[in-house]
Amino acid sequence: MPEISAGDTAWVLVCTALVLVMTAPALALFYGGMVRAKSTLNMMMMSFGALFVVGIIWVIFGYSVAFGPALDAGSFIGDPTAFLGLKGLLNSSALAVNGAYYPIPASAFVAFQAMFAVITVALISGAIADRAQFGTWLVFSAIWVTIVYLPVARAVFYFGDAEANGGGFIATKIKALDFAGGTAVHINAGAAGLALALVLGKRIGFGKMLLRPSNLPLVMIGAGLLWFGWFGFNAGSALGANGLAAVAFINTFSATCAAVAGWLLIERFRYGHATSLGAASGIVAGLVAITPACAYVDTWGALAIGVISGGVSALVVDLKHKFGYDDSLDVVGVHLVCGIIGTILIGVFATTSVNEFGANGLLYGGGTTQLVRQIQAAAIVMVFSFVVTYILGTILDKTIGFRVTNDQELEGVDLALQAESAYDLVGSSKGSSKGRNA
Amino acid sequence: MKLVTAIIKPFKVEDVKDALQKQGVNGMTVSDVSGYGRQGGHVEVYRGAEYTVELVPKVRIEALINDSEVKKVVDAILIAAKTGKIGDGKIWVTPVEEVVRVRTGDRGSDAI
Repeated sequence: MPEISAGDTAWVLVCTALVLVMTAPALALFYGGMVRAKSTLNMMMMSFGALFVVGIIWVIFGYSVAFGPALDAGSFIGDPTAFLGLKGLLNSSALAVNGAYYPIPASAFVAFQAMFAVITVALISGAIADRAQFGTWLVFSAIWVTIVYLPVARAVFYFGDAEANGGGFIATKIKALDFAGGTAVHINAGAAGLALALVLGKRIGFGKMLLRPSNLPLVMIGAGLLWFGWFGFNAGSALGANGLAAVAFINTFSATCAAVAGWLLIERFRYGHATSLGAASGIVAGLVAITPACAYVDTWGALAIGVISGGVSALVVDLKHKFGYDDSLDVVGVHLVCGIIGTILIGVFATTSVNEFGANGLLYGGGTTQLVRQIQAAAIVMVFSFVVTYILGTILDKTIGFRVTNDQELEGVDLALQAESAYDLVGSSKGSSKGRNA
Repeated sequence: MKLVTAIIKPFKVEDVKDALQKQGVNGMTVSDVSGYGRQGGHVEVYRGAEYTVELVPKVRIEALINDSEVKKVVDAILIAAKTGKIGDGKIWVTPVEEVVRVRTGDRGSDAI
């Protein structure tokens, strides 16, 4: 067993905090600014709500189901009692295990992976902006992370015990590459978002009323903070302060720059203007697409993945109006589409010259072997997530109700559900104080 | 006494205010408003979704003046607010029955 490395541990702990920033506040700001002013706080609370619900589940049994020993031979989930309440993992000499020992504490790995579960759930919320019951969203978050995220994370991220026995089937049998979560996080959340958007239906006025963003400066802050936090997401996935982390880091940077260029070019030629929402969207598109690929491609691969993801996402993002589903903040158009692009393009651009544990893609003499694996992984996660989420969402809608009433939706979910207003820009008093203690 | 109301382009507020001050108009109320006239709206595009924003932002200036000042005040606004392009706005004058200054209780012309 290796000794705990101070450098590696410090890096993973810092990256864990960076990935937390991606959800709260970065995604909350990114989404919160994109909805109308009457829904901003509710939108932000959906991210913060996913955070606390998933956090509790993760430390009680979530980690154990995703990264514990298999429930029984051939099982797709881990034994929830193995690390129940992180049993045995808070011992300071316990090492992180994922197909081998890592020189970092097990608890650091638990915390790092917790943030991935959190943001995956939070990402879904953008598809059902302005119209979801907050309580039902919390119930959905708890159940979805348990029955969708945990099995998928295990399939993609778990490489087995210290002797590499019993790893997840996408990682060890299909042998698809997903460095930081193109399938488990982005395709997973995107497919779930599509399912929920269909279950809840369109917002009142979709395609007719003015549903423009209320605060693009918040969106820009959110996008910048997402990029910042994403360095933790991608480079932290090396689980060490090492060369691979640095490769992931620079690719995360270059691909994202290329994606912004791709998005803005498409926008400029289609509509005549390079918009701030386009730049913010391009950032997220590039970050999503490079996530699975960041430790397997060289600079040319990263730039190609970036510009393709930004350009394609800009071209297809408005198709929801043609197909008639209200994925309000384009979880499908950005996360699902770019998750698929990044996952599949590994099969084209991967090269072992940057990472001997990677593979060679189509352009680097590897033939179509890896490409086929990548397509399989993307398809399996997409179909599983969509089907299970659609069933779960429908059950919740029929039982406890998922959508707010028309009156609540028209009044705005901030007032209806949170009893708060995001903005009070007018100085005049519009009410009197009746505090509970007064 | 008359109430002069002018709907103008937002960037013309300073010019109109200065022009009215030169005419001895010492007070006014300025509000941000939106509406449409012959100018119509404009198009905004968010992630490929085109929205026609029909109500465009304007500023409403209201000033109370004496009857004798109507022509020169309206002329002053006309010159200051004009760009010659569509959407310059409108001015109208309405009669006012009574004006009271809250601080002193002055009434009529004394309150203007």
